[in-house]
This record gives sequence, C-alpha cells and structure tokens, in this order.
Amino acid sequence: MGFVGETVDSIKSLQIRQVLTQAVSLGMIVTSALIIWKALMCITGSESPVVVVLSGSMEPGFKRGDILFLHMSKDPIRAGEIVVFNVDGREIPIVHRVIKVHERKDTGEVDVLTKGDNNYGDDRLLYAHGQLWLQRHHIMGRAVGFLPYVGWVTIIMTEKPIIKYILIGALGLLVITSKD
Amino acid sequence: MHSFGYRANALLTFALTILALMCAMASFSDNLNHPTPTAQVQVLNINWFQKQPNGNDEVSMTLNISADLQSLFTWNTKQVFVFLAAEYGTPKNSLNQISLWDGIIPAKDNAKFWIHTSNKYRFIDQGSNLRGKEFNLTLHWHVMPKTGKMFADKIVMSGYRLPEEYR
Repeated sequence: MGFVGETVDSIKSLQIRQVLTQAVSLGMIVTSALIIWKALMCITGSESPVVVVLSGSMEPGFKRGDILFLHMSKDPIRAGEIVVFNVDGREIPIVHRVIKVHERKDTGEVDVLTKGDNNYGDDRLLYAHGQLWLQRHHIMGRAVGFLPYVGWVTIIMTEKPIIKYILIGALGLLVITSKD
Repeated sequence: MHSFGYRANALLTFALTILALMCAMASFSDNLNHPTPTAQVQVLNINWFQKQPNGNDEVSMTLNISADLQSLFTWNTKQVFVFLAAEYGTPKNSLNQISLWDGIIPAKDNAKFWIHTSNKYRFIDQGSNLRGKEFNLTLHWHVMPKTGKMFADKIVMSGYRLPEEYR
C-alpha cells in the first residue's frame, strides 16, 4: 500500500472528534503565524517588516527575489540609507537608496531624493507628477538586513496562483491526515 | 510514524534549521572584522558656479578621490557601495547632504582605487547659500553582505570652501 492509499484510508477513518482536533491545530498554526507577523510589526515599527525585492533596479546589491528586513526608528534619514517608500498613486512600494537629504532646522522635516543603484538617473520620474522630494510620511522603513533568494517563494505564488492552491491543498491534507 | 511524509518533513526542517544557523553565523562573523579604511579627496577645480533662474545655487566641481577600502571586505561581503557627499548647514536647513559621486566595489581587488571625476549628481542648494560656504566632504560606505546585517560607516573630511563669487 502506497502513500496515496494510506492517505485515502486515513480520510475514511476520520471521526468527528478527530476532525475537531485537527481543525484546532490548523487554527493554531494560522494564528501563531499571524502573531509572529504582528509582533515583528511592533518590534520593527514598520507596517511591513519584511519586503521582497521585485525589480532589478538595485542590482547587483539586491536582486529580484531577495528579502529585506526593514526597521523604522525615530532616527533621522541620512544619505546612503536604503529606504522603502510609497509614492502617491502607486500601489507597489519601491526600495531605493537616498542620495540627497535636506533637513529643516525649525521643524526637522526632511526632503529626500532617492535613486536605484542600477538606474541611470534619480527617481523624480517615478514620483508623482511635479513631486521633487520625498517626505518622511512617504517612507515605510529602512533596510537593515538581507536574505537572498527566499522571496522567490512569494513571487512564484503571486505570479502562478495555481501553485499556491496546490501547496495550500497539500498542506491542508497533510494536517488533516496526520495522526500525531 | 515512520512514513515517507514524516521523514521528508523531518529532513526538510533539519536542513532549513542548519541553513538558517549558518547564515546567522556568517552574518555574526562580520562583527569580528575591524576595518581601517583610508581616504583622501581633493577639489581640483570649480568648473562653474552660478545661481539658477529659480534662485538656487548650483556648482560643478572636479574631484580627485583616492581610497583604500580593502579592509572592509570579509568572506561574507557581496559588495561595498561607496559614495562621496557634500555636507553643510544653512540658516534654513540644519543639514544638507548631497551625493556627488558614487560607485559599487564588487571585489576586494577593486577596493583600492583612485578616480578623477566631475560631480556625477548635481550639486544644488535649497536656496542661495553656497557663496563662501564651508563644507565637509564625507566618504560613506555601505557594506552589503552575502546574507545578514548591513554595515555602514564614513570618513569625514572638513575644511573645504566654495568661492565667494559666481563664476
């Protein structure tokens, strides 16, 4: 009897009490993932503590599919830092390097200009029409750590949703049929 | 208990744990490196210096940058991003940082360099404060690891001054 046969058998032998136990353990997995994510949000102070690099504009430093860990502290933004920012009218945040900073003396507000390491010109073409500088509220966080390749998992899942459903289905089946 | 799925799961978990541990150790080993980089920058010429029609001062200069950043490289270093920024204060702004030149150093062999260049990005003030302005030239570097934490540091070189008159 193969792996598939065992699986089918174990589904047949399900009882109501067992189903409930499995549902609870599945719920535990989902909620603990959620707890970890929210805890990371609190610790890093950034609304998305981890981002996946989607474009090659920071190559060769960051390639598509790399993961960046963000941190958002009260520290002022300085030239050279890699920041993740949202531009009005664009949904996807951008990861680029700060090349110019002008910080006001009286209010402490900053005007920031960014550029991708691999791009020829600065980012004014990417900003909203007529926008010359980024302000503090555009910036979601600064990159502090780096992990290569791991982000490919999410890129593949967003671009090929069928793989996502197969994976979720397989995992669900495993959880339901596991006896211990 | 010892089904195929169970064994595959145990193997995958173990492999991922070891991989994560090795990444963490590689990143931690960067802390053991104490780099001693050096840099010199000369402003060879002010090419032109003028007030734009919108009232902002702009200056173009020729720079000579030499640096030895070889000691920044460790076995976990993918590249070093290096840039030279002009830094100064004005009555309106407590800090202005303007990147004048930047470069990517892919390997240790390229980390001792010498370059003669005019400013790559435009040196424009917010306002008209650049005549006779004293400024610092700061060489910043950001070490990008193969995995783990990124490092950054700088060398500040002070005592540069722009001319009193537009030219």
